[in-house]
Amino acid sequence: MLILNNLYYCLKFDNLNFLKKGKMTEERITDQGTKDYREFLHPVMLKNYGKWKYHEILKPGVLLHVAESGDKMYTVRIGSPRLLSTESIRYFLSLADKYCDSYIRWTTRNNVEFLLDKEDKVEPLIQELNDAGWPVGGTGRTASNIVHTQGWVHCHTSATDASGLVKSVMDDLFEYFVEEKLPGKLKMAVACCLNMCGAVLASDISILGIHRRIPRIDYHLLGQICEIPTTIAACPTGAIRQDVVDGKKALKIVEDQCMYGGACYTACPNMPIADPLNDGVSIWVGGKVSNARSKPTFTKLVVPYLPNNPPRWPEVTEAVRTIVEVYIKYAKKWERLGEMIERIGWARFFKETGFEFTKYHIDDYKLATKSYNNSAHIRF
Amino acid sequence: MSKSPMLDELEKGPWPSFVSEIKKAGKISATARDTIGQVEKSYREKVTHWKHGGVVGVRGYGAGVIGRYSDSPEEFPGVAHFHTVRVNQVSGLVYTSECLTEILDIWDKRGSGMTNLHGSTGDMVLLGTSSEQLEPIFTDIAEKGWDLGGSGSDLRTPSCCIGPARCEFAMIDTLEITRNLTNYYQDELHRPAFPYKFKIKTSGCPNDCVASIARSDLSIIGTWKDDIRIDETEISNYAASGNIDILREIVMMCPTQCMDWDGEKLTIDNSNCVRCMHCINKMPKALRVGVETGATILLGAKAPIVEGAMLSSVIVPFMELNASEEEDDDEKFANLKELIEALWEVWDEDGKNKERIGEFMERMGKGEFTIAVNELCDEVDVAPKVDMIAYPRDNPYIFYDEYYEEVEDE
Repeated sequence: MLILNNLYYCLKFDNLNFLKKGKMTEERITDQGTKDYREFLHPVMLKNYGKWKYHEILKPGVLLHVAESGDKMYTVRIGSPRLLSTESIRYFLSLADKYCDSYIRWTTRNNVEFLLDKEDKVEPLIQELNDAGWPVGGTGRTASNIVHTQGWVHCHTSATDASGLVKSVMDDLFEYFVEEKLPGKLKMAVACCLNMCGAVLASDISILGIHRRIPRIDYHLLGQICEIPTTIAACPTGAIRQDVVDGKKALKIVEDQCMYGGACYTACPNMPIADPLNDGVSIWVGGKVSNARSKPTFTKLVVPYLPNNPPRWPEVTEAVRTIVEVYIKYAKKWERLGEMIERIGWARFFKETGFEFTKYHIDDYKLATKSYNNSAHIRF
Repeated sequence: MSKSPMLDELEKGPWPSFVSEIKKAGKISATARDTIGQVEKSYREKVTHWKHGGVVGVRGYGAGVIGRYSDSPEEFPGVAHFHTVRVNQVSGLVYTSECLTEILDIWDKRGSGMTNLHGSTGDMVLLGTSSEQLEPIFTDIAEKGWDLGGSGSDLRTPSCCIGPARCEFAMIDTLEITRNLTNYYQDELHRPAFPYKFKIKTSGCPNDCVASIARSDLSIIGTWKDDIRIDETEISNYAASGNIDILREIVMMCPTQCMDWDGEKLTIDNSNCVRCMHCINKMPKALRVGVETGATILLGAKAPIVEGAMLSSVIVPFMELNASEEEDDDEKFANLKELIEALWEVWDEDGKNKERIGEFMERMGKGEFTIAVNELCDEVDVAPKVDMIAYPRDNPYIFYDEYYEEVEDE
């Protein structure tokens, strides 16, 4: 396996010059790894490393961490669109120089955090950020920044755009990012296809791009570019079969078995699956990764299909707002969306949101029976 | 009239706009300007215009660069090549303006001026450059002490939460674990040789801020074995503050009902605490995690393709992860490294192409899998344990290894 793989990646290079040049020159620096984080920690963080005592959320987007030594670290968090120009990053760095002794960090949800050791610098920094249009928030019981994938900005398998959906939804839910008005944390994610770069399925609300038509096969180029057995093996439902077209080895798709996952397209570029007419967006709710109270869990389907309607995707933003409003109305303090639904029941959730329940909501993949209601527990 | 009316619409509204960011980069980069053109075309036609990536890279590396090409290069020559460079982030995503400026200067000179900070796995993602620039970019970043991250069927760039650098919940040194593993496994990270990708994420506590349980093949989550530390004075202060209802918001929300509050004193049955963090999250001044700390190790999370999405599941309920200053980098976290290498060996031996370790474990059976891994371990105990499952099997299709045969005269 190992040798084959090595050979495979060597041959995959479209530029084989490195083979001709022989061994790597001695001065070439490789495999340095990651830089040492200790060089980039704020001195207060370095001094109190592992000796923090407690934290408080002073207001949305502003954290105070207090160390056992009594030292204090203030954090000001802003939302970013993740896609950042070097110009904007340089602007953040100029603020870090001005207020934070040049220390800055990012979060795993694409927020930027400014780290300050003096309280009197916090408000001027927030003022400057707000004046420049960067929203401070996303801590505690807020809607946090949406983690997302590449979409039409950079990806070849996308069924929708991720950045545009994020922008549209966050514009609509902006008040919930900058003010603490929700029952608990609300974490959202967008993935533009089932590959789901970024574990979209474990958020409170997941927005997922979907394909709905079988891939088109370009028979002309198939055998030249794609490895037939690998492509067949790529399909989770075994929908791809061997075929012969014009005396050449080819593939065919059993339409009834295709669930439009796109794994075959990842294995074989000559099976494009994107379809402007049928691609769109599905919405899922109730996932979480935190272990607090309930166990980590995946989201469940609530809206099987909404059309791609750029630039603002109004059907999607409306559906998300509906979910958020039901969450605000029925959740107990600190309860996550999935925990609330567990308590009030899915029937009530569908009734209150008004989403239609269809056959698509009933699982029919592996172990689907685990999701059936094997009880007489029904709320009338 | 604007050439991008649909994208221009996305410059309105209060949330920061990715379109404005691309346009800012477009002031100096033709690539960014043509990105606007091509994305606008996608918005108009409701379909992507990126082609399946060819594999491009830098000398001696099989990873770190993602090839991408436009399907309309005549129309948008600036994005004919639109490769992505993954630069290994600093653990905890901490930077100084000086060190990030190094990257920005290189990217303004040799790339599009557009970035993703950060990609889903954790790397700094430099978005959009041409094949000819890849070697010079690598040389430039290497000179400044930076390196590429993972891609393809390799160890992907490990990542972690802010951990002990700024969080009282951190029970393991997430930053050091991540730095150490990244640098120890450079070959596995840069030269793909696995059946498929392998992600490692480390969270300091069960709040799991880096989503390791959903996003990584190997999830390392800080936890504790002893009792929750209680500061009774601070409990009284929380009760008196009126900001929190200890009975309703703490005791009644405890998933195992292991707490009691009589209006003055909070008691905890620690033997029934599942380390969920809820009470500690809500009253961080009064309740603190214990002092006998380590990690719960879980295995197998992945996105849906191919066999369906999976969350990680427990493989080692508790592992001590202390590193002393005297140890060399190679010696640190020896037990964790033993486990990782045993996992890789079993998976590499029988894993199919593009089969994630979680899928492989499911196919092999978690019982058989853990026994196979355990046989390769000296220090770490990976033998089947009840903490590995939510409940024992509920079907009788058991593959018995052992059985009796009737022997005459006995």
